[in-house]
Amino acid sequence: MKYGRIVWNASIHTVTEKEGQVQLPDGRLVNESEVMWLPPVEPQTVFALGLNYADHAAELSFKAPEKPLIFLKGANTFVGHRALTRRPADATFMHYECELAVVIGRKGKHIKSEDAYHYVQGYTVANDYAIRDYLENYYRPNLRVKNRDACTPLGPWLVEAQDIPNPMDLKLASFVNGQQTQSGTTRDMIFDIPYLIAYLSEFMTLNVGDIILTGTPEGLADVKVGDEVVTEIEKIGRLVNTIVDDVTWFGQHRIGNT
Amino acid sequence: MMARPPLGSVYGVILNDQHSLALLASQFAQAPYQTPPKAPVLYIKPRNTFVDSGSSITLPKGEHSVEVGASLGLVIGKPASRVNAAQALEHISGVMSVADLSLPHDSYYRPAIREKCFDGACPMATHLSPWSEVQHLMPLSLHTLINDQIVSTRSISDALRSIPQLLQDISEFITLNRGDVLLIGVPYRAPQAQSGDNVQISIEGLESLHFKVEAAA
Repeated sequence: MKYGRIVWNASIHTVTEKEGQVQLPDGRLVNESEVMWLPPVEPQTVFALGLNYADHAAELSFKAPEKPLIFLKGANTFVGHRALTRRPADATFMHYECELAVVIGRKGKHIKSEDAYHYVQGYTVANDYAIRDYLENYYRPNLRVKNRDACTPLGPWLVEAQDIPNPMDLKLASFVNGQQTQSGTTRDMIFDIPYLIAYLSEFMTLNVGDIILTGTPEGLADVKVGDEVVTEIEKIGRLVNTIVDDVTWFGQHRIGNT
Repeated sequence: MMARPPLGSVYGVILNDQHSLALLASQFAQAPYQTPPKAPVLYIKPRNTFVDSGSSITLPKGEHSVEVGASLGLVIGKPASRVNAAQALEHISGVMSVADLSLPHDSYYRPAIREKCFDGACPMATHLSPWSEVQHLMPLSLHTLINDQIVSTRSISDALRSIPQLLQDISEFITLNRGDVLLIGVPYRAPQAQSGDNVQISIEGLESLHFKVEAAA
């Protein structure tokens, strides 16, 4: 099964997919482009991996790390499918990152890697945008690059773990205005899902609703205002986002207003 | 005093005091930093770290020492987004004593997840003092006591960015919502507690905070 969370008729619903449409619990079918999508789970603690694909690490001129490079995200940064994301006027390099998002479904600590999949509720797609102009070498990647309002789309669907027998063999792809710019496979992750769950749970309790964004393969490209950015993972979903400028985001009279 | 409300995201800031900046000044021009920090240096304390005053905190396996960063926890009362420093204080509902615990780490290059996010790494008081009641006490002094001996007293008067300026700079890209928290006051190389120690954070006008540090069995 796969589940989404949407706003329809001014209330929040948990929905499923039926024949390419969105089905509400009472059976109503609505078009996926007509509903407002929320992230499919309410994110709790969210971890993100840097440099977790060898090709991407090389692209950024880094050696593959010896232990996971992990950073955290706050609640402000998440939006759902078909959301708008703002590119600030002073940004010169803003890129998407297509990532498999692992949603924790059971509380645990000191989880052995061989048991790790028992703690996974399911998977969704994340687009972990970065604005590299703001990169600094303190707790890098710093929050100003990676934790901006509405800069981490999630969704559309949470696909249950039982439907994805091997999450370590899924194709990832990103498209900007229909042109494919990124392609990879989760096979190339340096630290795989069981390793990450075991690693984190050695020192912290993982809780229901925690999410691990597992990093992105090579294929960075700058996105411009007006671009439609699609991050897609085989069997999991196709997440659509649109880049807007400050005027569209804030309205003309609010520009420069702090 | 008022009971601590349900908390959202907890953000902390480091390198915001002249004392720490002076200690690191000679390193800023070198690898891996290359240049001094420009924006506030932020981190997140996730919810598995939140524990009440009075708790015993078990360090990760193999660890016996922990840095105790005495902090003010500024609790947001109304959403703050792109606020101007001149109005920023209106967004704070209250202040609480917090200890930002970190396994000792000398490098600030990479996010310190194991070091700052282990279970129990953010003990906090159970009550806040309303901002209106502590504002006149600013700048506050933060006292750290280990086994009833004062080991550190620091004033937040040497801040690089004032509280209003921090709220302006952070809310430029992060909307701080009701219940979100900003921790300030953590210095570079904060005093260390060892397993078995009883720690207390005492700040004028605020409920004090105490906890015990233990090594994993």
